[in-house]
Amino acid sequence: MTRAHLPILPVLLTLAGALLVPIVALASRRAAGVVAAGAAIAAAIAALAGVAQVAGGGVLRYAVGGWAAPWGIELVLDPLSAFTSAAIAGVAAVSLASAGPGARAAFEGTTPRFYALALVVVTGLLGITLSGDLFNVFVFLEIAAIASYALVASGAAPALAAGFRYLVLGTVGASFYLLGVGLLYALTGTLNMADLAARVPAVSASPLFAGGVAFIVVGLAIKVALFPLHGWLPDAYTHAPPPVAALLPAVATKAPAYALARTLLYVLRPDELPVTTVLAWAGGAAVVVGGLFALRQTDARRLLAYSSVSQMGYIVLGLGLANSSALTGAYLHILNHAVMKSSLFMAVGALMLSARGPSLGALAQLAPRPLIGACMVVAALSMVGVPPAGGFFSKWYLLQGAIEAGQPVLVAAILLGSLLAAVYMYRLTEAVWLTAGDEGSPPRQREAPPVVLAALLVLALATLGIGLTNEVIVERLLAPAAAAVAR
Amino acid sequence: MNWPYVAGVLLLMLGLYTMIAQRNLLKKLVGMTIFQTAIILFFLLTSAKRDGRLPIVPPGPVDPTPYMNPLPHALMLTAIVVMVATTGVALALLIRLYAAYGSLEENVIAERVAAETLPPDAPR
Amino acid sequence: MDVASLLPGLALAPAGAAAALIVLSRRHPPLRETWSVLAAAAQTAVVAAMVPRVSEGVRLTWEGPELVAGVPLLLRADPLGVLFAALASGLWLLTTVYSIGYVRALDEPRQTRYFACFALCLFATVGLALAGNLLTFFAFFEILTVAAYPLVVHKGTEEAARAGRIYLLYTLTGGTALLGAVVWTSALAGTLEFRPGGILPAATAPAALWGLFALFVVGCGVKAAIVPLHTWLPLAMIAPTPVSALLHAVAVVKAGVFGVVRIVGFVFGPELLGDMGAAGVLAGLALTTILLASLAAAAQDNLKRLLAFSTISQLSYVVLGVALGTQTGFAGGVVHIASHALLKITLFFCAGAIYVTAHVERVSDMAGLGRRMPWTMGAFAAAAFMLAGMPPGAGFVSKWRLIEGAVQGGAWVAVLVLLAGVVLNVAYFTPVIVRAFAGPAAPATAEAPASLLVPLLITAAGGLLLGLVPDGVLPVLPLALEIARSVSGP
Repeated sequence: MTRAHLPILPVLLTLAGALLVPIVALASRRAAGVVAAGAAIAAAIAALAGVAQVAGGGVLRYAVGGWAAPWGIELVLDPLSAFTSAAIAGVAAVSLASAGPGARAAFEGTTPRFYALALVVVTGLLGITLSGDLFNVFVFLEIAAIASYALVASGAAPALAAGFRYLVLGTVGASFYLLGVGLLYALTGTLNMADLAARVPAVSASPLFAGGVAFIVVGLAIKVALFPLHGWLPDAYTHAPPPVAALLPAVATKAPAYALARTLLYVLRPDELPVTTVLAWAGGAAVVVGGLFALRQTDARRLLAYSSVSQMGYIVLGLGLANSSALTGAYLHILNHAVMKSSLFMAVGALMLSARGPSLGALAQLAPRPLIGACMVVAALSMVGVPPAGGFFSKWYLLQGAIEAGQPVLVAAILLGSLLAAVYMYRLTEAVWLTAGDEGSPPRQREAPPVVLAALLVLALATLGIGLTNEVIVERLLAPAAAAVAR
Repeated sequence: MNWPYVAGVLLLMLGLYTMIAQRNLLKKLVGMTIFQTAIILFFLLTSAKRDGRLPIVPPGPVDPTPYMNPLPHALMLTAIVVMVATTGVALALLIRLYAAYGSLEENVIAERVAAETLPPDAPR
Repeated sequence: MDVASLLPGLALAPAGAAAALIVLSRRHPPLRETWSVLAAAAQTAVVAAMVPRVSEGVRLTWEGPELVAGVPLLLRADPLGVLFAALASGLWLLTTVYSIGYVRALDEPRQTRYFACFALCLFATVGLALAGNLLTFFAFFEILTVAAYPLVVHKGTEEAARAGRIYLLYTLTGGTALLGAVVWTSALAGTLEFRPGGILPAATAPAALWGLFALFVVGCGVKAAIVPLHTWLPLAMIAPTPVSALLHAVAVVKAGVFGVVRIVGFVFGPELLGDMGAAGVLAGLALTTILLASLAAAAQDNLKRLLAFSTISQLSYVVLGVALGTQTGFAGGVVHIASHALLKITLFFCAGAIYVTAHVERVSDMAGLGRRMPWTMGAFAAAAFMLAGMPPGAGFVSKWRLIEGAVQGGAWVAVLVLLAGVVLNVAYFTPVIVRAFAGPAAPATAEAPASLLVPLLITAAGGLLLGLVPDGVLPVLPLALEIARSVSGP
């Protein structure tokens, strides 16, 4: 019985958690944190169970409320959605489980608010990945977005302006998406993805179709922070409070990226329109421009924010190239980047608990922290693309894809991105790593709260683990997903 | 010339323009609301029919041709809720922004944020 | 004849385990050092066990899990790989003994990191030596880059940090170029396995071949210190001497030249390279490096920097050898990997011993040192002249074949440069030796301690032995000739 409910389970668990947290908080704030972590972990387990269920190419469909598709809302668990939801749920679980110290520091006294909102965000993101209906994606998109606007704006004063900008641009993006869905609905009369995919060939010549595709792609591109529509991201991720920064940058743009992949490549498939070409080139530009901007930053968080723009560029680049290798690389990078970015923001957040400020200079003046430094180095190696860290393998598949597609400029962009990443990651880790202490010095006080250290270790091990087992992931999940695009 | 749709497009453009051109954040918000409303209008227009009847039907098989399409209305109820929630959060943000910076003009706030964000290395 | 065997995989185990064990025993210095020595000995033993069978023509293969879809982690012990692996492992053993003496004498900080990173470097080196396909090679190549960085910046000074930054900049750029080359090769050749004679179809478009060649040259050329990608090496001399000795005379830079040999012999094939004209370009780069680096060496006062430039020059002898397009030349280049390793490490060991005992870093301060440290300076002088090519040293074996190979190939410019190189070689070492032995005895300095002296005498003796009996314990010459023969093909 449970197996049939796997598609909806992750969403329900986080939603239940979000509702329970404020109630439990009336009794005890600590307990609320535990409930939140528990809900996130349960959702992650459910998501992994979903992966196990569909690995190899299975599909599980779930009609919400018993209303059958295509009129009812459908949730779909297939290799790609299972993979993405597991990635998001997993990283969110680690992040929320270790958010305690940071949340107490940043949200003094109102930590349940953080936990509840964070769980709502994760609910929204998981809903996006598991949804089989276009309008449902919009709903969950906005659920996640509204909660994340609030989370981002919970920081210090600069976060308010950043949050407002995020709100406006995010709403524009979601509205464009909605408009696109509207156009497609007017054209085909259905919102269900599978049904729409069947009806598209008949209408694909219509200018309404082109309009619908354009609005959907632009809307989602804003949500993904694809260059040049990335304006909201740097400020939002820089000024968000640290526990929020450990979660949002890692997962918030991944679900819209999934939505972009799903709608563009599996539902709409606009072969006559140059959409994928534009995306590939925009992705390439994002990689390079994001990297160049990241180089010039002195604030550690802003550096990581621009790095996110660059890394999301890789994913969109892979989606744009749309051949089997490139898609494998893009999907794998969804997982890799979520893990890397969470690890890095978490580390910077942990350092900021003791540092005088978020700048690279301030971080460098801290006492040596070898464990945090080591975890940051692992994440940096993944970012640059040094085996056996996971990031290398997604770059490999992307490169293969770019070469197969005969795009030397994009190959160069991917390689240049690696090089830029090497430079700015070096600048970030140099301060922490180079001062790693002598054994002779007196026993250090703890580098960071134990949960945070544990989480960093888990993420570092995950990075290496993904790298070493990437072949299994690719074969069982990503290759079937890429093959289903049938280009 | 389908005038209702043209009106929808005009509202859309108006909303977008307001969001971009206005410096006052509250006015930007108003523009955003107009923008979202235009999209809602567009959806509703797709459900309308000339001489269409309200889609209240007796149970049993029914020929849907004379009735207006109720689905977009249902969808737009959700969209309106989303719009209201977003507007609520935005207004709350604006209240806090005004309390923090004493102004809702975009450029003034930007200046005050920049002044407040001291060089990162300065002692706090 | 490919034979499945555990040995290649086993060869990785000691160093990998040692790195972890060393970190775990960070509070027990003697235990740390024991792990290092044990691992080095174990690795040497495993590699040595592979040599006889590989010499007979067997290729011991170990296939691991797939790294990416379709490409496994492949270790294949062939003559070239086993030669380099044996060299690196054996020298690691000697360097570890030397290191222990060195760090104790200077009471260096951060010894755990030092020994652990050393082990990790050797793990990566033996991995890339035995790599059977380009992806495995690339993976270990990059691990080596990263593992060597903490050793370069060991001293912790601003100068060391700067050297480390430049090292990383160069090596990571090279790594990026190499990655591009590897992926491109996969697309062009359909396979990434190393095969004697090359894997690229001759029908590939010339533009693609030249582009690939350029990427490979940059990719491996940084580590191989081909001009103008050599700048990082003299700066990296800021590292402690055992690091310079092993890594910058044997492991890191040799990995670069080894890579070049693999690319020339097993990816492109000497024939294809020659037909393209790229062999000429490669030879030209090598010749330029040999000359410029030798001239620069002559101008150095800091002993280690002098040795660094000498290394840059000598590495290009190997590159030249494989670019000549003749079997003898190829073999000469391969032998030079071994000759240079043994002799250069001796020279670095001597430099370290001089620094530890007499606290002298510069040639101008070395007056009369030879009288106080006769064994050290004697070994230095012997190694220097053998490196220059004086018989019956190992340098003679390789350089003779290089010259012979150049003559056979009609490359008269190369012959001239090789001869000039010998002269310059002597020219930049002689003043050092003369200053050390002539002139009044230096202020009271003892001979180097045994832990430093014994290894350097062993390596010096090794260099002599290799020259006298090039097909002895480690059959360098027969292996080199076999390699050369296999890549030239019918």
